[in-house]
Amino acid sequence: MTDTNTAPTSAAAKQRLRSMMSVVGMLPVLILLAIVFEMMSGRFMSVNNISNVMQQASINIVLASGMTFVILTGGIDLSVGSILATSAMVAVIVSLLPGIGWLGVPAAMGVGLACGLANGILISALRLPPFIVTLGSLTAVRGIARLLGNDTTVFNADLPFDVIGNGSLFGIPWLAIIAVAVVLLSWFILKRTVLGTWIYATGGNPEAARLTGIKVPLVLLFVYGVSGLFAGLGGAMAAARLYAANGLQLGQAYELDAIAAVILGGTSFVGGVGSIWGTLIGALIIAVLSNGLILIGVSDIWQYIVKGLVIIAAVALDRYRQTGART
Amino acid sequence: MSQSPILEMRNISKTFGAVRALKDVSLTVLPGELHALMGENGAGKSTLMKILSGAYIADPGGTVIIEGKSREEAAGSVAVIYQELSLAPNLTVAQNMFLGREIASRGVLNRRAALERAQPILDRLGVHFSAQTMVSDLSLGERQMVEIARALTTDARLIVMDEPTTSLSARETERLFEVIARLKSHGIAIIYISHRMEEVYALADRCSVLRDGVYIGTLDRSDLSAQRLVSMMVGRDLDSFYKKEHLASPDHSGTPLFSVRDMSDGGLVKGCSFDLFRGEVLGIAGLVGSGRTELARLIYGADARISGTVAIDGQPVDTSSPRAALASGIAYLTEDRKKLGLFLDMSILENVNIGVIEKDAKSGGRLDFRAAARRANDAIKSLAVKAPHARMPVGGLSGGNQQKVLIARLLETGPKVVILDEPTRGVDVGAKSEIYKLIDGLARKGVGVIMISSELPEIIGVSDRVLVMREGHIAGQVPAQPGEAISQEAIMELSTGSVSEPAPAQEGAMQ
Repeated sequence: MTDTNTAPTSAAAKQRLRSMMSVVGMLPVLILLAIVFEMMSGRFMSVNNISNVMQQASINIVLASGMTFVILTGGIDLSVGSILATSAMVAVIVSLLPGIGWLGVPAAMGVGLACGLANGILISALRLPPFIVTLGSLTAVRGIARLLGNDTTVFNADLPFDVIGNGSLFGIPWLAIIAVAVVLLSWFILKRTVLGTWIYATGGNPEAARLTGIKVPLVLLFVYGVSGLFAGLGGAMAAARLYAANGLQLGQAYELDAIAAVILGGTSFVGGVGSIWGTLIGALIIAVLSNGLILIGVSDIWQYIVKGLVIIAAVALDRYRQTGART
Repeated sequence: MSQSPILEMRNISKTFGAVRALKDVSLTVLPGELHALMGENGAGKSTLMKILSGAYIADPGGTVIIEGKSREEAAGSVAVIYQELSLAPNLTVAQNMFLGREIASRGVLNRRAALERAQPILDRLGVHFSAQTMVSDLSLGERQMVEIARALTTDARLIVMDEPTTSLSARETERLFEVIARLKSHGIAIIYISHRMEEVYALADRCSVLRDGVYIGTLDRSDLSAQRLVSMMVGRDLDSFYKKEHLASPDHSGTPLFSVRDMSDGGLVKGCSFDLFRGEVLGIAGLVGSGRTELARLIYGADARISGTVAIDGQPVDTSSPRAALASGIAYLTEDRKKLGLFLDMSILENVNIGVIEKDAKSGGRLDFRAAARRANDAIKSLAVKAPHARMPVGGLSGGNQQKVLIARLLETGPKVVILDEPTRGVDVGAKSEIYKLIDGLARKGVGVIMISSELPEIIGVSDRVLVMREGHIAGQVPAQPGEAISQEAIMELSTGSVSEPAPAQEGAMQ
């Protein structure tokens, strides 16, 4: 109480800072991590390495974009890793067909969309809980992925769409370009269309949404469809990068990285609050952590521990930042 | 004033950042008195009570003295019963009463001791359930009794009740009043926050009024009057609180604007039929639990029905879902704006526009931001929503302004019929009168308005005709003959069933 005169202005400044922080979100954490890794390794900021990070982050960005749609409605999609594996298998298998091998990409996306819509129908029409439905499809779709290649790895050294996974445009990897395109598309849907507003409304208050005349089942079907579609695209990207796919190993635990990216990005787990830009930053934080820890020579085991702790710390920071934002 | 006060709050101020919520407020409560605390929403009642309970710390300079001791020393002697009940429904009454202060030795519960201490308290309150009843089996009113019983386990000398009757039926309210009388006879003081004048008249020994965080004054029971209280609360005289300027008796000949026939849900609502005419305000009265909200939700398609048809201008319309009802020109204002109405994290702009963005959208389902901003700004202006800008989240507004935003959303859809379910619940006096003006304005434009309300003065003051519901059917209509005055007695008689009701088929047979 020594400075009662300055109290109102500093409170106003604090309020301004807070609202600014909620816009930029986790960006300071990302920048801080980049600086720390640059100082410790001396080669983090090289063009080559940044391009590497973007490539590593790209598939998770795509998955996490779909996950953002789902979590904004208050749901969850645990099946994206399995859908990615199935789609990658389909992509490689179709790519082996003579003459129409490039159809691998749309085929992968189609399979992903079909899986996502199946989730969506169970959740919206039968009103089953998303966690249970997608937990089931996590297992079932993984089985389908193994079934597709008779539980072996399928290869195609002459992949017709390998440019997606390993080519670049003006020095920017195609994987990164696709990821950014997915983010922009997601942003457009979420912030510029009626459907996007309905997604936020459904997550914010599903019963109010229904009473307002919003087609809630359609919204749910859409978000799980998008999540599946993006997982399918991720499958094509993974196949293109590896020239191969394995139904058992590919995409294991990818859903967890996608969920972590969304939560790191500040999207509320109960739905209704969040943004795609936050998800992008969240996914980059995860990629920077993995890459940076390797650069400074941290062992594989410790990478897991550090990554986990950073995710918890970042979300704790976010929670602290938001207390008092809404009374 | 020979007694020494049980509570003395002196020179209490509280600032949040740059906002001054309380300024130099003083309040004195005597033992065994019921002290009503009134004021518009945002006047600082809740803040003052939170300072009393210790949830907030007052700015330096103020003192809180409870039974001659400081607030910290007298912690157990104040109990606050909040609007939202804080019971665990999965536990028994006794477990809830000692929640957080379980009777135990070395961490092992002593259930018998808890029961032995709980039962006498329940008996003292005169309730009909035992200490071993599960709270989930109790009605809302009974749960409130458990809250009061819990307060008594700490030997509280002062109990704060914040709008305790909001969700109670008339019978439960009566029981609560009996219990309050008993508490008073034991010398326990009660601070009673309410928006309902009649409750304050019935109960209060004294009544203090806050306005904009400032203490305005205290009235003794003998000085209580509606005019004085209202003018103290709003700071001006309300010339005509209830507004009824539209044509008082609209044309009842010809086709009704809106007809509901044989509406049933197979449970509570049984075969309800009625007509609504152009420019008419039709009140629906009845006790809580008589099926008013359920009927409204059935008409709007929010719940599944087993029978019933709805017609507008004599043409049957589809109201099988809220979406279909809206498309037919029927809008419904929910009684629970926070849970069922608003999107609290979204802006005023988005909340106002959510029902019409589809209609306004450009090709490809793209949002029309310009149209949305225009609609939101017009609504803020015409409904006098107090907010700095349209981008502000609705969660930060006061109850009255939230309600206005929700009403604005309905009006944007251009309805022919609006069903307003408790439109002034939890809304301050100023916003109330604005909502009445709005209802009047709608009626003058020819919109049919159905208003469900538990406040009889309101329903009489605003409606042209009142339907009374009892146990899921329409028990009758007041006035029984057109042209007669609407009387409170007639409504009460129909809603409690103390009068034999006229044949309900009359309405339909007139066609």
